[in-house]
Amino acid sequence: MADALSPGLAAGQGRRITRDALGIGIATGAYALSFGAISVAIGLDPLQTQALSLLMFTGASQFALVGVLGAGGGLVAAVLTAWLLGARNGLYALSLAPVLRPRGLAKVTTAQFTIDETTAMALAHPDPPAAARAAFWRTGLAIYVLWNIGTLVGALGAAAIADPAMLGLDAAIPAGFIALLWPRLVDRTMWAVAIAGAVVALALTPLLRPGLPVLAAGLVALAASWLLGRRE
Amino acid sequence: MIWAAVLAGSLGTYLLKLVGYLLPASVLEHASVRRVAGLLPVALLAALVAVQTFASGQALVIDARLAGVLVAIGALLLRAPFLVVVLAAAASAALLRAAGVAA
Repeated sequence: MADALSPGLAAGQGRRITRDALGIGIATGAYALSFGAISVAIGLDPLQTQALSLLMFTGASQFALVGVLGAGGGLVAAVLTAWLLGARNGLYALSLAPVLRPRGLAKVTTAQFTIDETTAMALAHPDPPAAARAAFWRTGLAIYVLWNIGTLVGALGAAAIADPAMLGLDAAIPAGFIALLWPRLVDRTMWAVAIAGAVVALALTPLLRPGLPVLAAGLVALAASWLLGRRE
Repeated sequence: MIWAAVLAGSLGTYLLKLVGYLLPASVLEHASVRRVAGLLPVALLAALVAVQTFASGQALVIDARLAGVLVAIGALLLRAPFLVVVLAAAASAALLRAAGVAA
C-alpha cells in the first residue's frame, strides 16, 4: 500500500516519517516558546518577534539577533551575527540540492525550509527519493507551524509579565545557546574551537562594543579551519 | 530601528539558504568551505554562551546567570529536552535572586 500523500512511498515508511516529523515539530515548538518569551523580555514587540519566526525561520540566528540587540550590541552586529550563523543553511542547501532536486520556483520555497532539522531528516531517508522529499517537507511544515505557534504563545506570555529579569529569563538566554551548542561538540576539534571562541569573546568584551566580541569569535573558526587545512 | 534588523537579518539568512540551491554542487568539494561552515556555528554559539553569561555591557560579572548556565549543563548531561534545560536555568537564577543569594 502506498502513502496517502506521496504515491512513491510505502505506507509504513510514510507513517514513520510523519511521526518523527511531528515529534521534531513539537520539540522545536517548545524551544520557540522560550524564544518568543526571551525576545519580548529583551524589548522586541510581539509583532517583531513573530516576524522573525515567520521570515527568518532559523532558530540560532533568531536567538542571536535578539541576544546581541539585548546586550546593547547594535543593529549591524546583531544582523551580522545572525547572517554568520545562518551561513550553514547554505551548505545544507548544497547537500540537499541533488537529493530533493527542486526546479525553478520550487527552489524559492524549498530554501526557506532548509534548516538543521529538515536537512537531517531528508538526508536520513535517502531512499527512495520520495522518502527524502516527504521527510523534508513534513518536518519543515510541522516545525514551521509549531515554531510560529510557540513563538506567539511565548511572546504574548512574556508581554503579560511585569519584570522578566526576576523570572531568570536573562539566564535562559545563555542556556538556550548552550543547548544549541551541545550537540555540535562531537570531538576535540569542536571543543577546542568552542573554548577558543568563548575565551576570545570574553577577552574582547571590555575592549569592544557589545556584539563585536561575538563576531570576533567567528575569526576563531576561520583560523581553526586554516590550521586544520594545513595539517591535511 | 529594530524592524530594520529584523528585515535585513531575515533577508540575508534567506538568501544564504537560497544560494545553496543556485550554486553548482562542486562547491561542496572544497574541504575549506565544509570546514568553515561546520566550525562557524560552534565558535559563535560558544562566544554567545560566554558573553550572555558573564557580560554586563562591557564589564564582566558573575551573577545568577552563571548558576543558571551550570544548571543547564547539568540538565544537558541528563539528556533533558530543550525546554527543560531553559526552564531549569531560568528557575534556578530566579530562585537565587529571590533568596537574595545572587544579583
